[in-house]
Amino acid sequence: MSNGSLRVQRISLRRRVVNGMVTYGALGASVLVIVPLVAIFGYLLMKGIGSINWAFLTQIPKPVGEPGGGMGNAIVGSAIILLIASLFGIPLGIGAGIYLAEFGRNKLGNLVRFTSDVLNGVPSIVVGISVYGLVVVTQKHFSALAGGVALGIMMIPTVARSTEEMLLMVPRTIREAAWGLGVPQWRTTLSVTLKTASAGVITGTMLAFARAAGETAPLLFTAFGNQFWNWNLNQPTAALPLQVYVYAISPFDEWHRQAWAGALVLILLIVAAVTAVRVVTSRGMYRAS
Amino acid sequence: MPNTPHAGAIAQVQAKPLPIRSPFASRFADTGFRGVIVLCALSVLAIVVLIAWQLIVHSELSLKQFGLKFFFSSDWDPVSGEFGALPFVFGTIVSSMLALVIAVPLSVAAAVFITEMCPGWLKTPLSFLMELLAAIPSVIYGLWAIFILAPILRTYVEPFLGKYFAWTGLFSGPTYGIGMLAAGIILAIMIVPIVSSITREVMTAVPQQQREAVLALGATRWEMIRTGVLRNARTGIIGGVILGLGRALGETMAVTMVIGNRAEIAKSLFAPGYTMASVIANEFSEATDNLYLSAIIEIGLALFLVTLIVNIIAQGLVWASTRGMPARAQA
Repeated sequence: MSNGSLRVQRISLRRRVVNGMVTYGALGASVLVIVPLVAIFGYLLMKGIGSINWAFLTQIPKPVGEPGGGMGNAIVGSAIILLIASLFGIPLGIGAGIYLAEFGRNKLGNLVRFTSDVLNGVPSIVVGISVYGLVVVTQKHFSALAGGVALGIMMIPTVARSTEEMLLMVPRTIREAAWGLGVPQWRTTLSVTLKTASAGVITGTMLAFARAAGETAPLLFTAFGNQFWNWNLNQPTAALPLQVYVYAISPFDEWHRQAWAGALVLILLIVAAVTAVRVVTSRGMYRAS
Repeated sequence: MPNTPHAGAIAQVQAKPLPIRSPFASRFADTGFRGVIVLCALSVLAIVVLIAWQLIVHSELSLKQFGLKFFFSSDWDPVSGEFGALPFVFGTIVSSMLALVIAVPLSVAAAVFITEMCPGWLKTPLSFLMELLAAIPSVIYGLWAIFILAPILRTYVEPFLGKYFAWTGLFSGPTYGIGMLAAGIILAIMIVPIVSSITREVMTAVPQQQREAVLALGATRWEMIRTGVLRNARTGIIGGVILGLGRALGETMAVTMVIGNRAEIAKSLFAPGYTMASVIANEFSEATDNLYLSAIIEIGLALFLVTLIVNIIAQGLVWASTRGMPARAQA
């Protein structure tokens, strides 16, 4: 490249070698990036699958030293917290997304878009301590409710931005067709635009849900964890990722074994939830069309 | 948006608008709907303001007591009421930088491979696997790092580095496996998908003619990628790197599980360290007196402000390089 001569009969050996090295280097980097993924899933299956049984899924933890016990309460706790988070985060997120797509071509829209990206970048632990101040201090104790609020806040930006993106992909002519028939704006947005984009909106929502399901840091000081069954929304509640964390940093082999099993269950539940919603919605779409 | 171009045309054809059954109810419903939607949008603003407000209010005590000295003192002694965040700031910066040093070359190379080199049938599965890496919960990365990565570092990698690179001063002392190096590596694995997907996005946004023009001048494929693609995409790639930095700075669980959690400043990467996010995770529930609690929340406030600034810069750079268009539009 530094050689400015015009004799360009053939590409010099050096340039060919560099080109080949870069090609194999890039290939190697791609393989290297995939290795941890394979290793993580491999170890999860290898170390977790042996410890998953009916007792693990239905019982509460046993005290240290006693074998057996399970994470039944943590699975139920996670479900409760995620339900609260979804009830709070998904409607707000979709609403904000509708605003950004349908009314958001102005200063307020840009501000909301920017703020939502900011919220997306706020570390989850910081969301945790803020919700501690807002909910836990007000209520005077840890609760499933506080955990749900924290995870709900984490879901909002993802849901909002993906909803916006999906709604913008709906052709303007479809909205105009609805207006032309005299359908009011609210009805157009909800039953025409949002419905057309529903598959994409649901996918975005599921991604946010899956991310929230694995979050641990925001639950440390909100849901807090619990060794027993708890159905009261105003009491400390166990959650699967929290339980995995506590067991993983404990010094007991039996708990390490359960941490692997819990992590595997967590991944499987996330995958199952995402797949289930995909299947159900795709069938619904098929019937509608 | 009722003022469409078509509205005018229809009005010309038909002097009177069609009778609407109940104009009042309809207009009322539209106004109400719009109100609800605006409220949803405003809630996003309200949440960010509430977060900032909570952090400021609850860290007031520590802000007043220590001032700026807080971030330049390395005494962290809850018993005597002395709080300085320097070891945590140091740990956060070192672990994130280490993660960038490892992750950036790998993710850019992987992105180059996926967008420019790999055969078409491999493109989608490879990208999918990378996205999958981003979906693994942080606590599972931590679990894997404690039981698999740390022992590998302890028995193979760290003795090797200690033997041949001890002269740098970065790789000396006892090899625990757990420590700054482990934290940097696990952070690197976690930010690769982010940096790589944004790099792919901005590389795809480079016009195809750029590539063809450079190739027509007789460049090899690598020369084409370097001068035609990477040079055009560099702003966006830097944006992606900074976005990855933002994620690394705030990452909590995986780092807390492997960094060793000791509040000291050591030159060796084998030594245990502590980050801002991990000190919050570990000590928040132990903080009994108000000053201790507000010192921890002040660390949270600092973390919030730093990630805020980092993310703003990153968004700006990525936007400038894709012109605000999603990659899909150019594909």
